[in-house]
Amino acid sequence: MAEPMKIRATLQNGIADVRILMRHPMETGTRKTASGVVPVHFIQSVIVEHNGKTVLDAQWSQAISRDPFLGLRIKGAKAGDKISVTWTDNKGDKRSDEVAVSAGS
Amino acid sequence: MTGFKRNTISNKGTQPMKNFRRNFLKLSAGACAAAAGLLQTGAAWAAPWNKTGFESKAAVDAQNSLGASSLIDSKDITITAPDIAENGAIVPVAITSKIPNTQSISIIAEKNPFPLAASFDISAGGEAYVSTRLKMGQTSNVRAIVKADGKFYTAIKEVKVTVGGCG
Repeated sequence: MAEPMKIRATLQNGIADVRILMRHPMETGTRKTASGVVPVHFIQSVIVEHNGKTVLDAQWSQAISRDPFLGLRIKGAKAGDKISVTWTDNKGDKRSDEVAVSAGS
Repeated sequence: MTGFKRNTISNKGTQPMKNFRRNFLKLSAGACAAAAGLLQTGAAWAAPWNKTGFESKAAVDAQNSLGASSLIDSKDITITAPDIAENGAIVPVAITSKIPNTQSISIIAEKNPFPLAASFDISAGGEAYVSTRLKMGQTSNVRAIVKADGKFYTAIKEVKVTVGGCG
């Protein structure tokens, strides 16, 4: 199954700087190996929530790089706030992870 | 989940009972999957995936699928991407919009086989900033389309790709 994401959320002047690293092959459906074309397999949807409220709803194509990175900023965040990230791929696989915002320097 | 249930039950009961239970479990597993399917369409797909847009092969079709038939050039959109990307498989692209009430940001790599790479719906709590990494087949313009107050704004930046990342 899907491997865990790495999420880091750091507070900077009331804005949470969120960096997410997902583990996913993101196959384009055009790559060929000795055994034929690798079927298309990519993350279609990523939803980022701040304390249960959706702040970013992303739709992706296969043009996003393998092991995708996503960076965003959330206004009005406080240390300890919950940031949760859920992705869904074209095969219906899902993965959800959550972190707390850490106070920045 | 279903495999686990079946295994735990299969050690108990007489043969006919076992079969009955198995069938019953199969049925309930099916119902479970159906319910999960419903949940998926309802909850996870807050916005339906833009199939037309992501499958269109021309940048202009992708643009139209977003509802952006006319675009306004804007200097308030910043595309941060390398001038020359040595590896087309990983092209870091960040987009910042200073336009008030930015609702969504879409990224189009104009010469990719499927130009529309991503679109991000931003809610009130989010800043108009996204950063990600794209695959690019060849040197091409990267276009950002920003929707704000129902209008579409755009900016482009050319990224030269030395080795394509679609193979």
